[in-house]
Amino acid sequence: MNQTFTFTDKAKRFCYILMGIGIVGLIWGYVSDGNAPEGMAGHYHHNRFWGNMLLNTFFFMGIGLAATFFLALQYAAEAGWATTVKRVIEAVTCYLPVGAGLMLLMLVLGALGVHHIYEWMDQDVYVEGSPVFDEGMLHKHGYLNLPFFFARTLAYVLVWSGFQRIFRKRSLEADLNGDNDHIIHFKNRKSAAIFLVFFGVTSSTSSWDWLMSIDVHWFSTMFGWYTFSGTWIGAIVTITLLVLWLRKNGYLEEVQESTIHDLGKWMFAVSFLWSYLWFMQFMLIWYTNLPEEVSYYFDRLHMYGYRWPMWIMFIINFTFPMIMLMSRDSKRNAGFLTIVGLCILFGHWMDLYVVVMPATVHEYWHIGLTEITIGLGFLGLFLFVVLSNLAKAPLMVKNHPYLDESKHLHT
Amino acid sequence: MHQESEIREPLIVGNKSYKDITDDIIRPIQGKANKYWWIVFTLAATTFAWGICCLAYTIGEGIGVWGSNNGVDWAWDITNFVWWIGIGHAGTLISAVLLLFRQKWRMAINRSAEAMTIFAVMCAAIFVTLHTGRPWLDYWLFPLPNQFGSLWINFNSPLVWDVFAVSTYFSVSLVFWYTGLIPDFATIRDRMTKPLAKKIYSILSFGWSGRAKDWTRFEEVSLVLAGLSTPLVFSVHSIVSTDFATAVLPGWHTTIFPPYFVAGAVFSGFAMVLTLILIMRKVFSLESYINIKHIEYMNIVIIITGSIVGVAYLTELFMSWYSGVEYEQYAFLNRATGPYWWAYWSMMTCNVISPQLFWFKKIRTSLIATFILSIVVNIGMWFERFVIIVPTLCRTFTPSTWNMYHPTFIDIGIFVGTIGMFFTFFLLFARFFPVIAQSELKSILKSSGSEWKKKGH
Repeated sequence: MNQTFTFTDKAKRFCYILMGIGIVGLIWGYVSDGNAPEGMAGHYHHNRFWGNMLLNTFFFMGIGLAATFFLALQYAAEAGWATTVKRVIEAVTCYLPVGAGLMLLMLVLGALGVHHIYEWMDQDVYVEGSPVFDEGMLHKHGYLNLPFFFARTLAYVLVWSGFQRIFRKRSLEADLNGDNDHIIHFKNRKSAAIFLVFFGVTSSTSSWDWLMSIDVHWFSTMFGWYTFSGTWIGAIVTITLLVLWLRKNGYLEEVQESTIHDLGKWMFAVSFLWSYLWFMQFMLIWYTNLPEEVSYYFDRLHMYGYRWPMWIMFIINFTFPMIMLMSRDSKRNAGFLTIVGLCILFGHWMDLYVVVMPATVHEYWHIGLTEITIGLGFLGLFLFVVLSNLAKAPLMVKNHPYLDESKHLHT
Repeated sequence: MHQESEIREPLIVGNKSYKDITDDIIRPIQGKANKYWWIVFTLAATTFAWGICCLAYTIGEGIGVWGSNNGVDWAWDITNFVWWIGIGHAGTLISAVLLLFRQKWRMAINRSAEAMTIFAVMCAAIFVTLHTGRPWLDYWLFPLPNQFGSLWINFNSPLVWDVFAVSTYFSVSLVFWYTGLIPDFATIRDRMTKPLAKKIYSILSFGWSGRAKDWTRFEEVSLVLAGLSTPLVFSVHSIVSTDFATAVLPGWHTTIFPPYFVAGAVFSGFAMVLTLILIMRKVFSLESYINIKHIEYMNIVIIITGSIVGVAYLTELFMSWYSGVEYEQYAFLNRATGPYWWAYWSMMTCNVISPQLFWFKKIRTSLIATFILSIVVNIGMWFERFVIIVPTLCRTFTPSTWNMYHPTFIDIGIFVGTIGMFFTFFLLFARFFPVIAQSELKSILKSSGSEWKKKGH
């Protein structure tokens, strides 16, 4: 039995509605954000709106990117347990080219001066005597200049998306032509190893470029790995939620309880990984209290009043999954996993919120209609891209060397 | 029966039965030690004894007999401590993390890796207890009431966290290792003919009877311990890294330290496992169980962890420049071009460049190349800790404290002595304990044995 997922009109309508809300939100968010708050007069240019754009662009792109990483990891590690849900992982990776494209657009708009959330993109900061001259940034010119920055950005976007296309294309090919000697599988395995090396470096550098540079004076060596772990948990939760939703609708019957259990374990484990990295970064900076580093958390906790969002986010992302997913039964219970998954997903959106907003709107943060509508709009786009790609191929891979293992997974 | 894909390569080579596995693994325990074992043992034990002499001399005279001085007040002691603790990481990673990941190849190597962990942590403990200067007062490290004459310990200090992290790690690893040994001790007990040996193994096996109930409990305990040990794999070296990272010293204070130390520890641990296992499989003819595929997998772990460490080095280097903090920039410039430049470049070559050779299948499946590279990595990881500690301390904020560090022969003696101790213990372990978890290995014979795979069960 090999089913294909039908992207029903009802589901499509749902995505359209979300996207519709998003478009209205974009317009409303931009227009309503015209006046600079008193404290930021002069350097506020619809920052709340653009901060939201960056937040959501990166958040959803991160899910697509980390899903590609997770897929590559399965190949490289000779993992067999997830073969029955491989098509779902692939569908999530299909958002990567879209998300990376939007990210590129975001940055180009910044360079054109449409928004000003990357202070350094105004290259006058490096010019002595100019009103925006910033001596503390002078030495960064070699790295944060537009040509080099866009060369890097283009490399990330093109190479990541290229690998995503290759994995997907070959996987569909294996369905059709038999792949008796598993040549295609091994080809993908080789590409996966190369992708992982490239990703190992660029996942860090891209997070410095795209996120850390909005707090342009601040730096942390951990930032890259911390950002990566956040995107990874996002991807795992998304994949798990999709698998559960599909099963609820009568698809993916061959997926074993043990595979769901394993997905639950991944949610648990990567939540821990993220918490570990987040906490260590925070603790070391708080402990040493060096002015050039601690300013980041000092702003968030004391100056700009992000104390509540930050600690609630940490509880949702660490304590909550730790307690809820500890037992074996909870990881095998669809309802439980769905609720925990949705909370974690929101928690990691909040995590990114606490990264982006203090750097763009300082203390003038809100979680209001702008945040909700733009977030929902991006969610609609994300779901639309993922579900249409899910419908384009059979839900179960064929001729995959580990398919039998996954179909008979009992742990 | 567990399903296994045809493309997975067999993990047990040759036509082996359950009985063959028992025979092969217990043979070295039942027989007499050969000439080579005695030669190596004598060598190791002599070195160990020499180490004890240097250690006793240090206790008698005080740590002034070391090369450490006012500027460089941490040197070989902490370098060696971190090096040994790092080596002790592979055991628990293999037995706990790889157990949770259901990696069956771990079964051939987990026992000896765990033993190695225990011995390495013991070696590490020697350095921290000694470097307090008055080791007879080391119980002050624990939170004792003030009536004992010392002040309540400072819970804000990462050095105290270290005491807890390392002792927890040691106890859990020990229990994990020993629990795994129990059924195997019982097998040996049942085969021994000499009454004394039978008696000893009988005590060691805790009266294991092999009933279904015993096995159920055994499996439950293993899983619980694996769950407990996994966070420990991360915590120990993270805490060790905070010994440096909570300081305000440029080159020590950097947020990436915890995960980067963990990756480095696994890296060096695997290198040491490879060094030992390549010799052991040859001496005890265990080629059927520890075959090329196992070596290849371990080499892949070496590439991954080595590359993670490499990315961390480059991240630190980049951030020191990007930060614009001149002290940070100087710290790294000093490492690469200062008086200890040779240590820095040895580290870079051994840890970042040399493991990349394993990308070639020919090299990662070659026993000789693996053996050489495993030693290279061990040397590189020693230099990593040296580079973090000594060049940083010899160029701190106050130029009047700028000193060079030169190890004395006591420093060298204690270090070499711990290597002797490590090998002495490992040789004794290999002589009297089952070096492969035979009961676990038997569970994969029918799914991963080469003959069974051919039959297609």
